[in-house]
Amino acid sequence: MHINVQQENGVCRLQMEGELTIYHGQEIRDGLIDHLAANNEIEVDLGGVSEMDTAGFQLLLAAKREGTRLGKVVRFVSHSQAALELIDLYNMAAQFGDPLLIPARP
Amino acid sequence: MSMDQALQTYIEESRGLLEEMESILLRLETEPQDEDTVNAMFRAAHTIKGSAGLFGLDAIVSFTHVVENVLDKVRDGELLVNDALVELLLKCCDHIGLLVTIVAEAGEALDTEQAATGEALAAALKSMIGGAGVLDATMPAVHEARLDASGGGQLEGDNWHLSLIFGRDVLKTGMDPTSFIRYLSTIGDIVSLVTDDSALPGLSELDPESCYLTFEIEFKSEADKQTIEAVFEFVQYDIKLRILPPPSHLAAFIDRIEHASGNTDMLGQLLIEAGILTSHELDGALSAQEEMMGQDSGAKLPIGEVLVKEGVVHKEIVDVALEKQRQIRDTKAQEAKFVRVSAEKLDELINLVGELVIAGAGASLQAQRSGDVALHESTSVVSGLVEEIRDGALKLRMVEIGETFNRFQRVVRDVSRELGKEIGLEISGAETELDKTVVEKIGDPLMHLVRNAMDHGIESAEARVAAGKAAKGTLRLNAYHDSGSIVIEVADDGGGLKKERILKKAVERGIISPGQSLSDSEIYNLIFEAGFSTADQVTNLSGRGVGMDVVKRNIQALRGTVDIESAEGRGTTVRIRLPLTLAIIDGFLVGVGKSAFVVPLDMVLECIELPETDRRAADTRNYVNLRGEVLPFVRLRDQFEVNAAAGKRENIVVVQYGGQKAGFVVDELMGEFQTVIKPLGNVFRHLRGISGSTILGTGEVALILDVPALVKLAVAREGQMTEKAA
Repeated sequence: MHINVQQENGVCRLQMEGELTIYHGQEIRDGLIDHLAANNEIEVDLGGVSEMDTAGFQLLLAAKREGTRLGKVVRFVSHSQAALELIDLYNMAAQFGDPLLIPARP
Repeated sequence: MSMDQALQTYIEESRGLLEEMESILLRLETEPQDEDTVNAMFRAAHTIKGSAGLFGLDAIVSFTHVVENVLDKVRDGELLVNDALVELLLKCCDHIGLLVTIVAEAGEALDTEQAATGEALAAALKSMIGGAGVLDATMPAVHEARLDASGGGQLEGDNWHLSLIFGRDVLKTGMDPTSFIRYLSTIGDIVSLVTDDSALPGLSELDPESCYLTFEIEFKSEADKQTIEAVFEFVQYDIKLRILPPPSHLAAFIDRIEHASGNTDMLGQLLIEAGILTSHELDGALSAQEEMMGQDSGAKLPIGEVLVKEGVVHKEIVDVALEKQRQIRDTKAQEAKFVRVSAEKLDELINLVGELVIAGAGASLQAQRSGDVALHESTSVVSGLVEEIRDGALKLRMVEIGETFNRFQRVVRDVSRELGKEIGLEISGAETELDKTVVEKIGDPLMHLVRNAMDHGIESAEARVAAGKAAKGTLRLNAYHDSGSIVIEVADDGGGLKKERILKKAVERGIISPGQSLSDSEIYNLIFEAGFSTADQVTNLSGRGVGMDVVKRNIQALRGTVDIESAEGRGTTVRIRLPLTLAIIDGFLVGVGKSAFVVPLDMVLECIELPETDRRAADTRNYVNLRGEVLPFVRLRDQFEVNAAAGKRENIVVVQYGGQKAGFVVDELMGEFQTVIKPLGNVFRHLRGISGSTILGTGEVALILDVPALVKLAVAREGQMTEKAA
């Protein structure tokens, strides 16, 4: 798991690479907490997420909610196939409110 | 069991069920209807019909079917119970009874008139339920109705409803909900899935390794419950799983429950057998039940309620299962309650017990004479047991009189309508037991007495109101045990017997001569004379002067007596006194000279020594002073002409019968003795004062005293003596 951080026009861009799973849960959570505290707007790029499980999903959901609670913006963009699949399986796209590119179901 | 026997059983059973239906109907008239009673009635009709089908009794099947349809409508609340319906159904019960008697028992067909009655009743029933279309209303219709009730709310569409509550630690064990949901979709279609994230904490409190999500899934699949449950086998300890079957399965489940084998009466097992519950779910519910009990420290919740509360099973299904469970238990209880035994076998048993009692008495006597303490001890244990066997055997023949009494509910209802009087029946002492043969024979005399009381005893409503009484008359049937006999009372709160009228009539009929002086009870008893009726009006019920004398004869044939108590303007009570049993009694053995006599023990009050002064005076008078009371007595020595000189001492056995006391003067008191009554032969039928004989342990014969007759004799003699003296 790797997170690239980029600041751009007051927006903190986090690029996640690799497995968004239980094995890196603690690490991801702490990262998210830190960035949320330091920035008013966070954009998380999920394009590099090769694998996502329930633990990872919960973290994303919690981050989104935390942002709403703090009056900050947390946005997820360019979801990878793995991320899309899980969000679709859990039928939770509406909860995130991010624009998604949902591939047609086979 | 041969077909004949089976048919016999069916006939008996049907009659019992009809009686039950009738009593329910009568109850429905006065009490509001509740589900249980209507259900019981429906089941009764259903059973009669079903079994009739078994024997190919088509006439019964087709008629009962219509009745059943009406009852079904009542059960569903589509038809309300009113007087007209009860009246109609009562007539239908009668008709079914008729069908059972004629078609099932005699194997004949109804005559034209009877058949027409049946058709008229069936037509009336059909009009109640609105046309012939209802005839097609068979069981599936009921199921559909139930389905409507279970639809909506929890379930939409014909899908399984799964709810998955994963344990917090499920992720740590390497399991991920996603894999189960994906696997689930291999055995069916996930129609919709709702993720409940309400348990998810804020980011800083969140443990990334815990699972906070629960899922509600609408699932379309042909798989059965076990298969669906098996999907979650790997996480079975880390998941709370609820699987609710699709509505279309509900009807099937209900059907399966209703056709369950009946091997178990445990609710949970029943549901598992029907494939509704998995054993894993049952275990969960059982432990939940324990938990709930622990929390409330109160009573254990029924498992059915727990299952519904936990959302494992639909309430509708639990209700059906509970009903089935009740049915199974009922059947079991009935199986346990009754064993049909032929009366012959019972009589044989009682006969044997009688012989056993005699043989046992002989053995104890021998033991006593031998002086062997150990032998004496064991025989006394044996006689204790024999006594219990005797009581038990006799009790087998005892039945409660309540059933006989209840039959009069209908009689009172019908007759009071016919007469245009308002009469209520009060029953008490229904649990009083008496010998079955006596019960069977007492029905007719009672019927006469009840009709008589309603017709002549109780006045019309106007007359009652004019006399300052409630417009509604009351008839009371009461029974109780009294010194070895059972007393049955038929009482009314009517006008009472009018002495002058009875006397006038008796003189007219030449039963008594004018100017003859009679006591009150003698006057009242005149109405039992043949050809006596004081009714001004002859109705088709009574008043024709036949009946009361027949009543008396019937009762006397049972070794019983009947007497009347009446108060003008307040009512009349007819009291029938019958012996409890006809076979074995506890006796009190007394000796006169070398002869032995037995007095039924429950009539013995006390024993006293005949004082010397009274002994000397006994030639001139037949009574003694018993603590300030006049006690008439009979000298058994004189009564039975025993040729032996009187002993040094004489004793009086004080007995009571029908409220009168008398004494028997005897030589020796020999104590309690179990007595098997051997009836006297025909030659001795007219012997007065002796009711039977018995055999003592020594092989000697002892005569059993007819206490009622002797008491009467003593009282009468005493009265004559007093009159002479006066």
